[in-house]
Amino acid sequence: MAEEYGDRGSMPARRVSRRRFLCGAAVTLGGVVASSCAPSLGIVGGTPTIKFWNLFGGGDGIRLDTMESKFRHERSHPGLQSVTLAWGSPYYTKLAMAAVGGSPPDVAIMHLSRKGAFAPAGLLEPLDPDLLSRHGIGSDKFLPRIWESAKYDGKVYAVPLDTHPFVMYYNTDICKKAGLLGPDGKLKTLEGPDDVIRAFEAAKKVTGAFGLSFYPNDPAGPWRLFYTLYSQMGGKVLSPDAKEVVLDDSKVRRVLDFMAELTLDTEVASKDSGYPDSVALFQSGKAGFYWNGEWEVTTFEAAKMPFDMVPFPDVFGGNQVQADRHSFVIPRGVDTARKEAALEFVNSMLKSSLTWAEGGHIPAYQPVATSAAYKKLKPQSNYSGVADDVVLDPVAWFSGSGSQMEIQASATFQAVMAGEITPGQGVNQFRSGLRTLIEAPRPF
Amino acid sequence: MEAPQEVARPTTRVSSTKPAARRRSDLTGLIFLLPFLIAYALFLIWPIILGFRMSLFNWSLVSGGASEFLGLENYRELFGDPVFWSSMWHTVLFTLLSTPPLVLIALVLAMLVNRVTFAQWFFRFSFFAPFVLPVSVVALIWIWLFQPGYGLINSYLTSLGLGEVGWLTDENVAMITVVIVTVWWTVGLNFVLYLAGLQEIPRDLYDASAVDGAGALAQTRWVTIPMLSRTTVLVVVLQILASLKVFDQIYVMYTQGGLNYPVTRPIVGYVYDQGFTSYRVGYGSAMSYVFFVIILAVSVIWFAVARRREGNT
Repeated sequence: MAEEYGDRGSMPARRVSRRRFLCGAAVTLGGVVASSCAPSLGIVGGTPTIKFWNLFGGGDGIRLDTMESKFRHERSHPGLQSVTLAWGSPYYTKLAMAAVGGSPPDVAIMHLSRKGAFAPAGLLEPLDPDLLSRHGIGSDKFLPRIWESAKYDGKVYAVPLDTHPFVMYYNTDICKKAGLLGPDGKLKTLEGPDDVIRAFEAAKKVTGAFGLSFYPNDPAGPWRLFYTLYSQMGGKVLSPDAKEVVLDDSKVRRVLDFMAELTLDTEVASKDSGYPDSVALFQSGKAGFYWNGEWEVTTFEAAKMPFDMVPFPDVFGGNQVQADRHSFVIPRGVDTARKEAALEFVNSMLKSSLTWAEGGHIPAYQPVATSAAYKKLKPQSNYSGVADDVVLDPVAWFSGSGSQMEIQASATFQAVMAGEITPGQGVNQFRSGLRTLIEAPRPF
Repeated sequence: MEAPQEVARPTTRVSSTKPAARRRSDLTGLIFLLPFLIAYALFLIWPIILGFRMSLFNWSLVSGGASEFLGLENYRELFGDPVFWSSMWHTVLFTLLSTPPLVLIALVLAMLVNRVTFAQWFFRFSFFAPFVLPVSVVALIWIWLFQPGYGLINSYLTSLGLGEVGWLTDENVAMITVVIVTVWWTVGLNFVLYLAGLQEIPRDLYDASAVDGAGALAQTRWVTIPMLSRTTVLVVVLQILASLKVFDQIYVMYTQGGLNYPVTRPIVGYVYDQGFTSYRVGYGSAMSYVFFVIILAVSVIWFAVARRREGNT
């Protein structure tokens, strides 16, 4: 064995072969790594493959798949690479960083409530209305109000896909047993806080568990419910330039009192439910009513449970309801060829929005929204009139879906509904949280 | 005074010139270290310097670069920020609550498994297995176990006639829930370290103590535990540092399962909220530097204590 360890500097034959093997392996590995670093999106049949980012999981994700395969099968259309990311702040963080980092997707979904953060930060390409018209997705295909909501500072930044409002689901069997249905088999209209709570208490007697299913234990749910009820009273949260808090404390207090009444005084709703829990509660018939966005309709249809959907009830003197809009945006830094391909993709998706509407959303694309096929969709078309009364989140750099304001406000309202703080403390906490956000230096 | 050259004790050589062979071997060593040193400087040292610079500006995630120079304004803001202090407290509380069980349970498990003669591999595997699971899987399992109503744990409690517990939502219980999840998930590593330490203790110490009339308890107290002291120091230090960095399981349980975030948010979680969700990287950096100084102080104190203790034994 001694010949293996010759004096320093001389290499016996066996040592050289091991060294050569290692060198060869290193070169091979380097080659593999280098080749994988090359751009992975090639050209498919002469047209670029477009990258599409979205946050649609669950039932929405399945609908999206259907719409995307229709796009892929249409002849001569570019290839598509679709990526689904987790809903909420993880999605918007990644989208912002991708735009800044110079490798954004070619087209992405964005809630219109986030335009106050993305548009002024220069993360989105302003879209030329003529270019959009040439692709069949111009301003004539949308209602003026919806088209305006996609603008920021006079420029168009997004192409709206849908409006998704907060609605009320109800279990037809339970409500029948509770005597809440009218002669036509539909729910009798509920109006005012006492009416609503009486209905929930009647449902609770039937189920033995809860009357209403809701999800206080969530970063978005409590905000949506609060904003709906508060807007029904005509309340506003921020000034239009988002520099001042314009809360009406007595109205906020009234709403929080009502929310606490649901979970603490009458106990018609659980104070602990998270989102998946709330879906399960309604689906298994442990609650007669469900307050949530319309997007769970396919979940309940697939479970073959007896349910129907109506607009959110008029509790505080109005029909306003919180909603948000999904839209397609093009991050900055996407070149012209890819932009054209992306707009073709958007056109195809909008034409398929009937499939999307089956998932519960109210389509923004007028040719589909006014079609007979959409009007025949039940229960989705029951609440399509709600689109006139929706209130979108106040526009600011820190607000919108999955934003710090929504998370903070929901945490405060959750604490009120769980009885950890009084409604009075909730008002103060909400106000001071908003003030902290306004006073923080804007990061762009 | 120079030591005589004839004496072959290189450690006492005081001369300032090394022989050529020694210098060449030093150079070879440095060349081998160079790739790692470059990566270290690029990905650790440089970002630390850059991060400190970020904390002095209103650095934004989205506008690519320094905005206004704020000086120490970010630091002043964080010292007055109640959420910063509550987040620091949550991290410290988590460390205090999780370290003792993670050390003691691991020790007890290791001592028990060490005595098993039949199929010991099975027990080693079972207690270590949770450690290899990714955090999302662990969080998902425990979220479903802790659900109110039909969750397994609450349904057992109610079937025994006890009341339900709001594991995820109750502000007094939420942190304990996180500790339970973390102990189940990570005790395996400490357990393996202790097992290795136990198997290094020479058998004859036990035999000698048995001759002196020591029972099992006395043996544990006077032989096993002192012989494990080095392992214990390692385990405790690693555990404290790992606990101070807690973030993943709390964040996943919050976003996917409704964990009460305002009472469990760790400092790393708040840095993420401010730096990434709110795009204020400058402010997030300032917070992480204050946290870094605190961890550094803890580590320095601990190592000083450990070294003094080793010097005494």
